[in-house]
Amino acid sequence: MKYLDEYRDRRAAERYARILQTLAKNPWTVMEICGGQTHAIVRFGLDQLIPKTISLVHGPGCPVCVTPLELIDRAIAIARKPEVIFCSFGDMLRVPGSQSSLQEARAQGADVRVVYSPLDAVELARRAPERQVVFFAVGFETTAPMSAMAASLARRSGLKNFSLLVAHVLVPPAMEAILSSPDNKVQGFLAAGHVCTISGCAEYAPLAAKYRVPIVVTGFEPLDILQGLAMLVRQLERGQCEVQNQYARSVRAGGNAAAQTLLHEVYEPCLRQWRGIGPIPASGLRLREAFADLDAEQRFEVAQIAAAEPKDCLAGEVLRGLRKPHECPAFGALCTPEHPLGAPMVSSEGACAAYHRYHRGGEKVSA
Amino acid sequence: MKEPGLTCPVPHEPGGTVTLAHGSGGRLMHRLIRDIFLAAFPDPALREAHDGAILDPSQDRLAFTTDSFVIRPIFFPGGDIGSLAVHGTANDLAMCGAQPLYLSCGCILEEGLSLEALATVARSMAAAAAEIGLRIVTGDTKVVERGKGDGIYLNTAGVGRVIAAQPIRPDRVRPGDAVIVSGDVGAHGAAVLSVREGLKFETELKSDACHLWPQVRALLESEADVHCLRDLTRGGLATALNEIAQTAGLCVRADESSIPVRPAVAGACEMFGLDPLYMACEGRFAAFVPQHDCERALAALQDAGAAPVVIGEVLAEPRGEVRLTTRIGVERALDMLSGEQLPRIC
Repeated sequence: MKYLDEYRDRRAAERYARILQTLAKNPWTVMEICGGQTHAIVRFGLDQLIPKTISLVHGPGCPVCVTPLELIDRAIAIARKPEVIFCSFGDMLRVPGSQSSLQEARAQGADVRVVYSPLDAVELARRAPERQVVFFAVGFETTAPMSAMAASLARRSGLKNFSLLVAHVLVPPAMEAILSSPDNKVQGFLAAGHVCTISGCAEYAPLAAKYRVPIVVTGFEPLDILQGLAMLVRQLERGQCEVQNQYARSVRAGGNAAAQTLLHEVYEPCLRQWRGIGPIPASGLRLREAFADLDAEQRFEVAQIAAAEPKDCLAGEVLRGLRKPHECPAFGALCTPEHPLGAPMVSSEGACAAYHRYHRGGEKVSA
Repeated sequence: MKEPGLTCPVPHEPGGTVTLAHGSGGRLMHRLIRDIFLAAFPDPALREAHDGAILDPSQDRLAFTTDSFVIRPIFFPGGDIGSLAVHGTANDLAMCGAQPLYLSCGCILEEGLSLEALATVARSMAAAAAEIGLRIVTGDTKVVERGKGDGIYLNTAGVGRVIAAQPIRPDRVRPGDAVIVSGDVGAHGAAVLSVREGLKFETELKSDACHLWPQVRALLESEADVHCLRDLTRGGLATALNEIAQTAGLCVRADESSIPVRPAVAGACEMFGLDPLYMACEGRFAAFVPQHDCERALAALQDAGAAPVVIGEVLAEPRGEVRLTTRIGVERALDMLSGEQLPRIC
């Protein structure tokens, strides 16, 4: 772990904090896109290390958080079918739908299983030919190639009992939705390094130019984030709006060509509802015509299930950077990790869960 | 028909599995008990085949505890559900300052479990008990239908003799106490993760599961005034520190960079987005001792084969909280988790 320890070095972190102090002459509002970055910021306490004039707001880069209510409801409806083995990443199980959660469905007898890779679900389908195996394909550009691989593998091996409930979303359209919103506060972005490792940096230049915001592709370790912030603040102070790559040890300008090819072979962009944000054009992925028979929404006829979001959760404002988690009146009182009202309190990458875990004191338990 | 004498157990047929009939109370069950459990557990109290064991505590103060074990998979690097069921309950006694003496063994077996696996588990329990002269003196076996269990569930209850002169419990923790961890954390959780279905990865990691009593005895014999001991099992170090802070109504302040985590554990945690401070240990504990006894306690633990480290101290405020100084020198709350740690999605 020597490689990682170097990116968590205390002296280097303090040096960057001083650099930021010198650089930041004006107040700036900066959004880190990815929930992994949010988590690192509060886990290591970076928000307390940087100048108070830099306000970090937390972006929509938590796949669990932005999966729309209606897709959760459809997932539950599919999972309840007796012939179905419903496979999901663990984080999705506790996310509340409009009535219930996958976890509750499992307790009531649905066969819901946690998998760590979409390929495990394909393997399960192969081993259980009498059952219907459905994989809940959640995540950004980072996980979409894996589920595309699963679809491709299922097709090649002629599996008739495997399908996907696709909830994949894309980062750049969400950034554009935030920037084009009339109440937008965000002046610069730390873009998500892992997403760019797959899809490259090309999509960010038009955004930076159109909305005149600097964008720094940034990693996930404390020093990555501090260095990314320094690069961003330097641009902000100079009035620049360029795309820079802090995470060059992982991100190439063109991204991962093999992963992109696979992704485009299986998926195409579509309009997608984001939980708390609303519909964003071309921000989701759906299966292409050639793979349409693997679409679980069609196979199990759940596409008509619709749901409206509850009004008492301000997750949408948190996900757009308009509020911080603790500014929501429900935070820590009505809404806790044990009883989440909104998805950002559920996922380990959700901003509300991160604030609750690291900023608030211990939950009191009886002695 | 009464089963013949118990001196020469016939090896069970290879390839056999547990069936519902093994739980019927009839001859098959008696044969199972004889061939597997009595073969592994030679204690005379158990061989009396009575409904319970008669113990003779005389004037001693006794510690009594129970724990159930439902781990999956049942065999993992560095142990299995059997050794774990012995270490786990014995360690709970050790945390009370008690020498573990007697153990019960309750088994819930799922129809279809291989007898070979069951015998291995029983032998492993016997070996773990023998390490510290712990006697398995009573037991029970039930069988459930296939699909109603997970191979094997174990429950062990343990009785120990309290050796510590002063009570060892959270309410004796005082501001100023040093917080000592007996070794590197998280290896058990990471080792179990490495063989879990769907998550397997190659590693040299082994569970840290072991008896804590030899280390605790050394600590008590050093005459350090031990205020409290807590093993770092489910929920790991972070959860144990929170439990103590809340029960004692004090603050535990810990320094992240001083908490020992071996590189393979740190690597596995990074890969899955897990925090080693919440990973279970089955052979590690935290000791709360006054500052003036700290050196003495560290030396005693070292002599007993542990690798103790001071990771923090107890403060009066903020009450009931654990504060962690992160690697980059910023202080934050180290909270309990609301549930299990889940590997991240991307």
